[in-house]
Amino acid sequence: MKRILPHPLLAAIILILWLILQQSAGLGHLLLGSLIAVGVSLAASAILPERVRIRRPLKFAQLMAVAGLDIIRSNLAVMMVLFHPRPAPKAGFIEMQLELKSETGLAILAVLLTATPGSAWLEYDRERSTVLIHVFDLVDADEWVRTVKQRYEALLLEIFP
Amino acid sequence: MSVTILGWSLFVAQILLGIGMLATLYRMVIGPRAQDRILALDALYVVALLLLITLGIRNNSQIYFELAMLIGLLGFVGTVALAKFLMRGEVIE
Amino acid sequence: MIDDLPLWLSILVSIMVVLGALLTMAGCFGLVRLKSFYLRIHSPTMGTSMGGGLILLASAIYFTITRERLVLHELVIFLFVTLTTPVTLMLLARATLFRDRVEGNEGVPRRQAKKEPESPGPIV
Repeated sequence: MKRILPHPLLAAIILILWLILQQSAGLGHLLLGSLIAVGVSLAASAILPERVRIRRPLKFAQLMAVAGLDIIRSNLAVMMVLFHPRPAPKAGFIEMQLELKSETGLAILAVLLTATPGSAWLEYDRERSTVLIHVFDLVDADEWVRTVKQRYEALLLEIFP
Repeated sequence: MSVTILGWSLFVAQILLGIGMLATLYRMVIGPRAQDRILALDALYVVALLLLITLGIRNNSQIYFELAMLIGLLGFVGTVALAKFLMRGEVIE
Repeated sequence: MIDDLPLWLSILVSIMVVLGALLTMAGCFGLVRLKSFYLRIHSPTMGTSMGGGLILLASAIYFTITRERLVLHELVIFLFVTLTTPVTLMLLARATLFRDRVEGNEGVPRRQAKKEPESPGPIV
């Protein structure tokens, strides 16, 4: 099983995307999609060393919901700043210590933080496990770090220990 | 009635997206540095993609999806290659 | 466009499309108005996260109702655009940091001094 399907999650996602693109779940599309999914997951095992497993799907859903709400709030906040006659956001760099070590967890955190208009992930230092983040409207740096740690990192540590 | 509402709001949305495209073009032309131009190009791709989606609603046709998807794919690959180039000065290493 | 649309559908789609376009336009506008590159890197994500999401969701709803079957095409585009834009932005930001450090520009955090390896470890 492990030899045929090294990355079951990736294969499942590719199959679902294939069916959505074909706009049907007929037998032919299902077979062809599965073939492609298995092939891609085999090919991906050459570049993806660790097998991605989501241990707690509910926590993952919670993370996505929290991130979605934050993205909406941040969008509106940034829009307010931009339509201000003189946009003067107090931007700043933050260097933040992370306990998260899992590659997948770090990737998800990076994408979520960058997809939020208020913050951008710049650079991760693997040796010291710190990350450089640029924040659009920085009111209180310590508060900001604490929020990210509580909201995202705690959940990610549970999902990808 | 409802068709008129939709038509006008699509018109407004397309004007807004058009202004957005002009803004990215402006940034792309004046720069000042290479990374600013690449950032503007990336934004331009996304706005063009969204403009195609609104055109699809207007013309009630699904052909525009394929175009939008192509633009999304090419935009990603193009921007990554350009960013790579900025970092090292060569695309393939 | 087709002739007989339900009123609620046209109003819903109208609001979503205009709001999405407004957010995307604000993002592009930010490219022009903001002063430094690190500020400008925030604004395109408005178009790709919520602006694009609203327009694509509006399109999905519209086609699902008018074609009377589930149309989820847009989900693929949305996932693709929302997941790839952060990747390109991170690459661009790292390239800019690298260039700024090489040129010695001000206002850019220095890279901290690396720890000296105790013994020349194996080359990975």
